[in-house]
Amino acid sequence: MDNNAAVAANGHVSFLDYQGKYKGIRAWILSTDHKRIGILYLIALITFFAIGVTFGFLIRLELLTPGKTIVEPQVYNEFFTLHGVIMIFLFVIPGLPAVFGNFFLPIMIGAKDVAFPRLNLLSWWLYVTGGVMIIASIIMPGGPADTGWTFYIPYSIRTTTNVIVTGSAALLLGFSSILTGLNFITTIHRLRAPGMGWFRMPLFAWSLYATAWIQVLATPIIAITLLLIVIERVFGVGLFDPALGGDPILFQHLFWIYSHPAVYIMIVPAMGVVSEIIPTFARRTIFGYKFIAFSSLGIALFGSLVWAHHMFAVGMSDTGQFIFSFLTFMVAIPSAIKVFNWTATLYKGSISLEPPMLFALAFIFLFSIGGFTGLIQGALSVDIHLTDTSFIVAHFHYVMFGGTGMGIFAALHYWLPKMFGRMYNLKVAKVAFWIIFVGFNTLYFPMFIMGWLGMPRRYYDYLPEYTVYHQIATVGSWILITGMIIMFTNLIKGMRKGKIVTARNIWGGETLEWTIETPPTHENYDELPLITGTPYEYKQNDSEEIPEEINH
Amino acid sequence: MITQEHAAIHMHRDDIASRMGMWLFLFTELLLFGGLFFLYSVYRFMHQADFHVAAKELNVIIGTFNTAILLTSSLTMAVSITAIQRNSKKISIIFQVLTVLLALAFLVNKYFEWMTKIHHGIYPGSDEYLSMESGRRLFFALYFVMTGLHALHVVIGMVLISVMTRFTVKNVITYDNYVKLEAAGLYWHLVDIIWIFLFPLFYLIT
Repeated sequence: MDNNAAVAANGHVSFLDYQGKYKGIRAWILSTDHKRIGILYLIALITFFAIGVTFGFLIRLELLTPGKTIVEPQVYNEFFTLHGVIMIFLFVIPGLPAVFGNFFLPIMIGAKDVAFPRLNLLSWWLYVTGGVMIIASIIMPGGPADTGWTFYIPYSIRTTTNVIVTGSAALLLGFSSILTGLNFITTIHRLRAPGMGWFRMPLFAWSLYATAWIQVLATPIIAITLLLIVIERVFGVGLFDPALGGDPILFQHLFWIYSHPAVYIMIVPAMGVVSEIIPTFARRTIFGYKFIAFSSLGIALFGSLVWAHHMFAVGMSDTGQFIFSFLTFMVAIPSAIKVFNWTATLYKGSISLEPPMLFALAFIFLFSIGGFTGLIQGALSVDIHLTDTSFIVAHFHYVMFGGTGMGIFAALHYWLPKMFGRMYNLKVAKVAFWIIFVGFNTLYFPMFIMGWLGMPRRYYDYLPEYTVYHQIATVGSWILITGMIIMFTNLIKGMRKGKIVTARNIWGGETLEWTIETPPTHENYDELPLITGTPYEYKQNDSEEIPEEINH
Repeated sequence: MITQEHAAIHMHRDDIASRMGMWLFLFTELLLFGGLFFLYSVYRFMHQADFHVAAKELNVIIGTFNTAILLTSSLTMAVSITAIQRNSKKISIIFQVLTVLLALAFLVNKYFEWMTKIHHGIYPGSDEYLSMESGRRLFFALYFVMTGLHALHVVIGMVLISVMTRFTVKNVITYDNYVKLEAAGLYWHLVDIIWIFLFPLFYLIT
């Protein structure tokens, strides 16, 4: 069906059916439409996620019994490196900004596209190239990197595995991330619809704005650090090599100057998603809008100043340790502000527990556990005991998976029907949620306990007294994966063959994406909307400040 | 009705957005080099005497000459932008070509400078290199990495300006639409300014 016929039949043509310059697959992989690029990212992201989960599953399977269960130690090292690299660089960092940011940021601020559409397509291509390189390193002679995702020197310049390939891939992914951030900052500054002042922006847009600044300001540091590893391996210049007078601890500083802010690249957009979902399903105006908006920026600022808390056991002056510990406690404040505001929004709301809401509530619960255990490690004395134990592994999986992962799942359930104009099975989605929730806690909670008891992280073998915790965790991984298979099958099936949805406002949200066609048209808006109020005014449905069509 | 042409009308031009994007990109470039400047300051602090001695081995004359070349090229770049603003296409093209030629001259000098070092056995992996004092070796490691990365940026800048020259010839860049040339100019000034920091750090502080 060409565009004119579609318009004649439906009154509009969705971006999914839109006929542009190209046909077939090229209409997608060469499209500069932010919505199509969002979906391209989504497909790539889910593919890489599946691979990452597979390696996570294999790690847990290996740890089922002490000693060898399925693979040799070397292969195990490659497993946890691949799991970390894929999950961090290919899933959690690009996850929300690249998929839902691309798709919904322009729509939510009332724009027809991002500021630099072609740059946007370039960043997808860089992302896919980087991803393919990492996957290709698995089958290359020499094998995939076995350094852990942190590439710590001196091991990363001594090992014979393909560190150069993985490092260069991460470099490309960093470049892709920078371009996305640069694009979003410019988009938010220049393309807000008439009347959309800064404090009328949806909170998801605010969170993407804060994230974009971290992407732009922190990522170049990892770029140069990874480049130096490559240079070190190729030429042996000796900048970090202790045998040649270099200082490996400087490498760790440079690495964490990026990689700590990077955890906020991962979590802040998820907080933005939760800030969208909570008011929609509690039918209440978000509590403390400005505090939530500014706390994103606060996290971006403080989060850039705490990197050395990853290095308390490495060797640093007492003053340095004290300052970094103090700043680490400070960074908890803006996160706590958000959690309190979400709970205050829920208070006396009329809550409906639809799948997106369940995942958003799981985010608050699991992220809080992850956050509090982060504070435990922020305390210097305790951290010496906990450094490099599976307590750390549990902590960051509660934050990254329990936080960002649940945020991504929530966003999938919240926005996919809008993107594809089809609905998944709500009942199956809820069942999948509970299986995931139970599996998640069964998998990661035992790691807190065994970590506290002294189980080191990344170890291939362990003492028999840890067996019971490892086995509970491994069983948890099976439950979790079952839940995720059900969830993704339900979503994919729903988006391909599910019930067709044409209602503009699917969940009763108040932000702009719910005022346009489902699925959106190629240009989002025929006429740019005129914004006259804030985005979450659920209590004033009869107020004339809200555009007419939202009230139905 | 809704066709690509229709969409094209809505692809509005926003020069301010383009400039903002370019400035953000320049920040990322500065931070990229920032990581290396950070290493330089730490290692200089740790090995003050060695850095002091090693810096004397660099050729200040070539360095000064190259600084002059690069500063002049920034001037020719700026002139080419002013020319296009005043609708003098030909002058703009001439000065863009001049900029590229000056960049090339910089690289030729750099090549001979590096080659001299390599002839003296100072390069990563050589026996000479491996038997140096740590401080001196770190100085040369930083020298090769930082001037090497800078030279890479000079090459990228040359390609960028050449593309702009082509655009100017084909009237894509005109007196009322020159934001691309301006962006290339900004990039070129960045390359220049990074050198302005590299020059004293390696050649002058002896």
